[in-house]
Amino acid sequence: MPPDSTSVPWPVAEGYQLSVDGRTRTVEGAWVGESLLYVLRERLGLPGAKNACEQGECGSCSVLLDGVVVCACCVLGADAAGAEVTTVEGLTATGSAKDIQEALVAGGGVQCGFCTPGFLAAITDLLARSPEADELEVREALSGNLCRCTGYGRILEAVSAVQAERRGAGVPGGLRAPGDEDGPR
Amino acid sequence: MRIARPVTVDEAVEALSAEPGAQLLAGGTDFCVEVNFGHRRPAAVVALRRVAELRERAVRGETVSLGAGVTYAELSGRIAEVVPALAAAARSVGSPQIRNAGTLGGNLATASPAGDTLPVLAALGAEVTLRGPAGERVLTVGELVTGVKQTSMRPGELITKIEVRRVRGAQQFLKVGTRNAMVIAIASAAVVLDRDRRELRCALGSVAPVPLRVARAEEMMSEAIDWERVEAPPGAAARFAELAAEASAPIGDHRASARYRRQAVRVICERAVNRCLRDAA
Ligand SMILES: Cc1cc2nc3c(=O)[nH]c(=O)nc-3n(C[C@H](O)[C@H](O)[C@H](O)COP(=O)(O)OP(=O)(O)OC[C@H]3O[C@@H](n4cnc5c(N)ncnc54)[C@H](O)[C@@H]3O)c2cc1C
Ligand code: FES
Ligand code: FES
Repeated sequence: MPPDSTSVPWPVAEGYQLSVDGRTRTVEGAWVGESLLYVLRERLGLPGAKNACEQGECGSCSVLLDGVVVCACCVLGADAAGAEVTTVEGLTATGSAKDIQEALVAGGGVQCGFCTPGFLAAITDLLARSPEADELEVREALSGNLCRCTGYGRILEAVSAVQAERRGAGVPGGLRAPGDEDGPR
Repeated sequence: MRIARPVTVDEAVEALSAEPGAQLLAGGTDFCVEVNFGHRRPAAVVALRRVAELRERAVRGETVSLGAGVTYAELSGRIAEVVPALAAAARSVGSPQIRNAGTLGGNLATASPAGDTLPVLAALGAEVTLRGPAGERVLTVGELVTGVKQTSMRPGELITKIEVRRVRGAQQFLKVGTRNAMVIAIASAAVVLDRDRRELRCALGSVAPVPLRVARAEEMMSEAIDWERVEAPPGAAARFAELAAEASAPIGDHRASARYRRQAVRVICERAVNRCLRDAA
């Protein structure tokens, strides 16, 4: 089908551009079925998001898509064009998750560390939209991230340590997720 | 790389017609897993995420209108007050990650027996609008979902919106699984107590190939209820649950035996009716 009069030309392009951690990255020669996780890891050299189940169950591939946590294995790379993708590499480089990283390390919330990048994304999302989340809300927010080592207790403790520290430091929070005009989720 | 990223429904329909083999993509939570596991190999994709019309959610008079692209996470706030059972079903889906991406339209189109919004939409009497090259048509959930992962959608069609009438009364969604999060329903039930129509409607999930309306149980309970006082005689809820369990047609698999599923139906149906009566009183 030639890309003629229609406003949705087929085919759209040889490749596409992604905005990852504030940088524009070009993806070329990819198959349309490649997941964002695959594209990040295998094409863009960003192995922070981990590949474990490829079925949305474990959360180890969690990234932020326009500031909202999703499983990168359940997003098509080509459909992430135009969105802002934030990986654990980005969170680390900007230092925005530094206190979370430190609290996880200090409290024994990191053992083998495989799950940690996913937890960083999920905790970042949680504390951005609900800085004062209580334990139930924290548990709920982290229910999509599996950890085979810690038993979760130390991860939960790390979250409350970060909350206490941010409260003490007067860090303003309460960012809302895009499109969530009804109020906090 | 064949992907269309339309921003209007018309463009999406046009893109589908121009490339008949193209596959629709919404949140990707079913789609991508199938691709990752090699069960689906799309050659061309029409991605719906940017279609603003599909993301609309509004309460207009007595009708709640939800675009097919509304995510589970977005079924909160005011929408949750008007259709609490749908919001409860949405909250029970997967994990935050899945709820941020997964959509109502995707749930309907996947038509899994365990699709959590299906029994709720069936019990609410939802109307599903589809648009295709031949225009629009409106189907009930029962007309849309025809079998396990089968729908009556025609080639070139997409689901655009789901409309639900605001119900005066009460509604419940209950789901049984092994965990509170990330769980595919072993059995689920949606019960709607509709005071205006003086009827109680109930649909079951995960215990039949399609979301199952339990007509005999509904009739029995609708007659048993004293609609002025919104009360039911003792034992009515249990009898209702028994009829619902009888109507269910569960299979046994690695998640649960058929017997367990039927028992789960009994328990959640009685509980859901009692909660509806309590809430509406
Ligand atoms: C880890 C995990 C947990 C899950 N837990 C649950 C759960 O608890 N309960 C539950 O019900 N489901 C669950 N699911 C399944 C899934 O999240 C839902 O079915 C979801 O609603 C699918 O929506 P989507 O937007 O992601 O659809 P997609 O994956 O994008 O698409 C699914 C199908 O629908 C079609 N489609 C999408 N939009 C439209 C449209 N507008 N018109 C026509 N066809 C369309 C696509 O072509 C595709 O065939 C889970 C999935 C995962 C990965
Ligand atoms: S790899 Fe994506 S959720 Fe497990
Ligand atoms: S630290 Fe090993 S999986 Fe979590």
